[in-house]
Order: sequence, then structure tokens, then C-alpha cells
Amino acid sequence: MNLILVPALPLAAALVSVLPLGRRVAPTVTVLAGSAALVLAVLDALHVVADHSLVAIAGWVELDGFAALLLLLNAFLGFTAALYSWGYMAAHEADAGRMRSYFAHFNLFVFSLVLVPVLGQPAFVWIAIEFTSLFSVLLVAFDNTRSALEAAWKYIALMFMGAAIALLGFFVLFWAQQAAGGGHYSWSGLRVVAPQMPLVLVFAAFLLILVGLGTKVGFVPMHTWLPDAHSQAPAPVCALLSGIKTTNSLYVVLRLAALLPIASVLPWLRVVGLISVGVAAFLLLQVRDYKRLFAYSTVEHMGIVCVGAGVGGPGGMLGAMAQIVSHSVTKSFCFYAAGATLLAVGTREIASVRGLIRTSPVAGAALLFGALAIGGAPPFAVFLSEFSIFRAGLEQGQFLVTALLVALITVAFFGILMHVNRMVFGAPPDSGSAERHALPTTCLVALIIAAIPVLVLGVYQPVSLHALLSLAASNLAPSPAP
Amino acid sequence: MIAWLQNLNALTGGLFLLVTFGLVAVRQTQGCVRLFVALSVLLGVSAFFLSAIYQTWHLIVIGVVDIVTKAIVIPWLLHRSLHDEVITRREVTQVLNIPTALLIALALAIVAYLLSQPLLAVGGGAAIGVNLPIGLAGVLIGGLTAAVRREAVPLFLGLLAMENSAFFAGIGIAPEMPLIAEISIAFDVLILVLVVSVLTRTVHEHIGTTEVGALTVLREDPTR
Repeated sequence: MNLILVPALPLAAALVSVLPLGRRVAPTVTVLAGSAALVLAVLDALHVVADHSLVAIAGWVELDGFAALLLLLNAFLGFTAALYSWGYMAAHEADAGRMRSYFAHFNLFVFSLVLVPVLGQPAFVWIAIEFTSLFSVLLVAFDNTRSALEAAWKYIALMFMGAAIALLGFFVLFWAQQAAGGGHYSWSGLRVVAPQMPLVLVFAAFLLILVGLGTKVGFVPMHTWLPDAHSQAPAPVCALLSGIKTTNSLYVVLRLAALLPIASVLPWLRVVGLISVGVAAFLLLQVRDYKRLFAYSTVEHMGIVCVGAGVGGPGGMLGAMAQIVSHSVTKSFCFYAAGATLLAVGTREIASVRGLIRTSPVAGAALLFGALAIGGAPPFAVFLSEFSIFRAGLEQGQFLVTALLVALITVAFFGILMHVNRMVFGAPPDSGSAERHALPTTCLVALIIAAIPVLVLGVYQPVSLHALLSLAASNLAPSPAP
Repeated sequence: MIAWLQNLNALTGGLFLLVTFGLVAVRQTQGCVRLFVALSVLLGVSAFFLSAIYQTWHLIVIGVVDIVTKAIVIPWLLHRSLHDEVITRREVTQVLNIPTALLIALALAIVAYLLSQPLLAVGGGAAIGVNLPIGLAGVLIGGLTAAVRREAVPLFLGLLAMENSAFFAGIGIAPEMPLIAEISIAFDVLILVLVVSVLTRTVHEHIGTTEVGALTVLREDPTR
């Protein structure tokens, strides 16, 4: 019952947000629904840690370790983004109608996000992922500027192109299951018959879904829409897009990979991952917009997760799971910091921001904190998870892959820090023409809440979270060679 | 009887492929909408033939849902929600000229045929040999259409053709797919049309054109 409430709450909040009840109602309801959903998600995750699964409707609505982990992240980001949206949109948007429209779309978007891990059937997961794109398009276009509309067009076109290819993949997957004797078309049903499924069909399904959903994950070379969409949307939406929407698609790709024999799938994950990390690390160096900087960093991190899963062994998968968690919490923080910076300076251009730490100490400190954390400096969460991937890589004898990964992450680290350093330090320019706002209180609270896991997970991993990560990794252990 | 139905299904498949080629070649927006309607009707007809071949009533429902949503509701929604100017537009610019685009489409169809051979070796229902290669070709050609078009509606119809083609393959290879899933997918496509209509209208209002291919502000351009 709990489990069904988690998506039902944001859906109800979306309905309430549409009603013209006054300026405060929509954000209040959104935050309340978000916090309730987070509490329920934590309870569900604890239940999964204890019992290894949670079934609301068998074969339809159920959680295993990996799904519970993702649900937890979706709910956490949904909550902090709701809190951040409250102050951010109040500062940005004067029109009450547009405000309601924002919160209605925002809640629908969160609804579709939590739906992805909760659903147990691949066909419905495809629909849920499709919903995450559809409900976020108008949020990307929300500012109605030329660049926002362009980003939204590219976004929807590539999203749907990917969806159509992935749809074919899901049909082929169903065919493979039928060829292996049938059973229930759910993640758990597929794992039961995985060893009997014809390899060529599962592999074709995997490749179609890797390309189709890889477009949504932002794997290079299907990443071109990502920096556009993730830089044009309002900051809290960027946090959800970059922090968790990409991960939701990666979740399905990893589920598919787990159906294939290790030997045939791991090289694919390593190669796809390394290409994404490499291209993103160098594209990071030449950005001119600080939101695009964090967007490219998302491409990089999706690649790192993929390499982590691709080095194999229990350590690699565990590292990938930890990386998913640390990336989600850290990237959402980075976009909240970028939003605070935008409110403080009124421009997205890196070159026009100087001495942020003096003009707006909170935004400057947050941006620096976020940049260090996402770059992978100790003692933050990303450092720990990246380090566990390196260790797993060395344990598995993947020396070349690990060395390349270390080198590329270092390039990305310097790329991010180079840009952020220029923005945060130095003498502030005296041009006061741009629109400036003070940082609203709810944004500050959201920043602080988002910072807690970024810091804490870098030094201490709670026992229950470690159990959940191990369970998630074991759910994804690829089937041994047939 | 079955062999006869299979021949009819193959004929439907051939027409389906022909119409996807048409989507690449036709210049007028109105013409593209008509071709898309034809594509959806052919998908429905193929579903009816397959329902007789595979002896399953699922596919009849899918065929009916498909024809109602894609051949009736979607064109109606597009006409209703978009400005007349958008629909009656005659597209002049295209990223590639039409003969080149058609040649690439032909190459993609051959690639699709070759790619589906190893899958066909696994075996399965009788109609797979028709529906899988043609569906795969349609997905690739639909993607090509979306890539070469600069005008919003024809570009979007290319995307819908990809989805239609994925279904064309799907009814052949997975006729027993849970019905509720397939109906939900049709519903999802309806929402997509609504969202794209809103977006196209907003682009038209704020920028004054629906030539989305001309939107090129967002680039990592060092000379900017």
C-alpha cells in the first residue's frame, strides 16, 4: 500500500496545483507531497533491506534492491527540488497562472520519475520513462525564450527517437522470453528464464535498448540534446533531469545487461562508458555557460557508472551503485548552487561572473562546494564511490580501463575547477545591469538538506544503506556464461 | 487460407515500406499527414491479418486502437491545435535534397533486412519474416525523416513513423504482449501529440516560424 502511495502523492499534488487557490497553495502542497513520498520511500527501502523485496501487486508493482535504491533517490531529489522550486519560482515568476502551471508539470514529472522503479514490467517501465520525458518538455521550455524553445525541441525529438528504438527492443525482449518458454513479462520473470533465452535475441534487445535509452541517459554520441535541455530548464528541474532522470534510464540499461552472460556484455559497458567519460571530460573544458558545465559532468558521470558496472565482479557493481547514489545527490546540489548563482548574478555566462564569493557568499561557497564534490575531491561522496570503482578495476585486472578512467576523471576535475575558480574568486565586476535577487529561504534550506548526503556519504556509509547497495549489486550480477 | 493471409500481410508490409519512403520524399506538410494516416491504417490492417494467422483476438483490439488513435484522433488533434499556416505549409528547404535522402532510405532498408537475418534464424511466428525487417527499416527511415526535416510537423511525423514501425515489427514478433501495455503505449503517443502541439504553438507564437531546423542558438561555438 505504501508503495502505491509514493507515486500517488505527487499525482494528487499535480491535480491540486492546477486549481486556482492562491499563490501559496501549489508550492505548499508540492513540498508536503514530496516530503510524505520521501518518508514512505525510506520506509519501503528499509523494508526491502530487511526482506530483500517488497511486493504491492505481484508482477506489477514491486521493488527489489536496485529499484528500492532508485526509488529512494527519486524521492529524495523530488523533495529537495520541490523545496527549492518554492523560493526559486517565487523569485522568478510573478504570474500566478504560470506558477500553477509550473507546479502542476513539476508534480507530474516527479510522479513519472518515481513510477520508473516502482513498476515491475518492462513494457510499463518504457511508458513511465516516456512520461518522464513528456512531462519535462514543457518545463524545459518554461522560460519561452528562443534558446529554451530550441532546447525543448531538440529534447523531445531525440527523446522520442530513442523511445521508438527502445520500444522495438522491448518487443524483441518479449520475443526472447517467449522463445525461452514464456512466463511473466517482468524483471523478476525475465531473470528466471534468462539462461534459456536465445542469446542473439537478448543481445539484439540489449543493443536496441542501449541505443534507445542511451539517448536518454546521454551516452556519447547521443548526448547532444543533454547540455541544451539541462541548461535551459529552471534550476530545480535541471537538478531532477541531470540528477535522476538520466539515472532512471541507465537503470533499465543495467537491468538489461544483467540478463546477458558476463563475457558478452561487460566489454560493451566499459567501451560505452569510457567514450562518454572521455568526450565529456574534454567538452567540459570549453563551455561558456556554467549550467552546461554541470550538464556535461552528468554525461561524464553516467559514463563512470557504466565503466564501474563494466569492470565486473561484485566490487565493480557495488561501486557503480555507490556512484549512482553519490552522483544523484551531488549533481542535484550542483544545480541548486547554479540556480543560486543565477539568482545572484542574473547571467549564465561563466565569463561575466567574477568574485562571486564577495558579491554573494552563499552562492559562491555553494558553487565551490558543489564543484569540488562533483569533481571527486575528498572527503565528498563522489570521491569514495569513484575510488571503489578504481579499486574494483584493479582487482579485476582491468588496468588499462582503470588508468584511462583515472586520467579522464582528472581532466574533468580540472575542467570543472578551472571554470568555477574563475567565477568564485577574483575581483567582482561593477556592472549592475543584470537582474539580481536575494536567495530565498526555502532555496537555502534545500541547499543545506542536499548538502548533507554529499558530505556524510563521503566519510560514513550507514549500515542500512550499505546493505541496500549490496542487495542492488546482487540484483544486477550478470548471469554466468551459459 | 493461412498462406493466402500471409501473402496479403506481405502485400500490406510492402505498402507500409513504400509509404515510409513517401514520408522522406513528400514536400507538403498536408501530404505528410496523409501519408502518416495511410501508414497507421496499414499497421492496423496488418494487425488484423496477423490476428487471423496467429489466432489471437489481442491483435484485433490493437488494430482498432491503432486506427482510432493514429488515423483519426492524431490528425484531428494536429489540425485542431495547430495554426492553419503550419499545416498548409509547403516545405522548401530540407537538409538533404530528396533524391539523396531516398537513396539513403534505400540503403537503410537493405541494412535493416541484413540486420534482421540473424534474428529470423531463431524462428517464431509465420509473419516474422515480413514484419521484423520492414518494421526495422521503418524505424531507421523514420529516424532519417526526422533528421532531414526542418519543419516541425513533418519532423514530428517522422518520429511517429518510427513508433508505428516499431509496432509493425512488434505485432509480428510479440503478438502475445500484454494488451494493456500496448493500449497504454497508444495513450502515451496521444500525450506526446498534445505536448508537441503545445510546443509547436509556443514556438510559432514566440519565434514566428515553425522551421525548427533553423533554431541553432545553442552551440559550443567559440566565435560566438
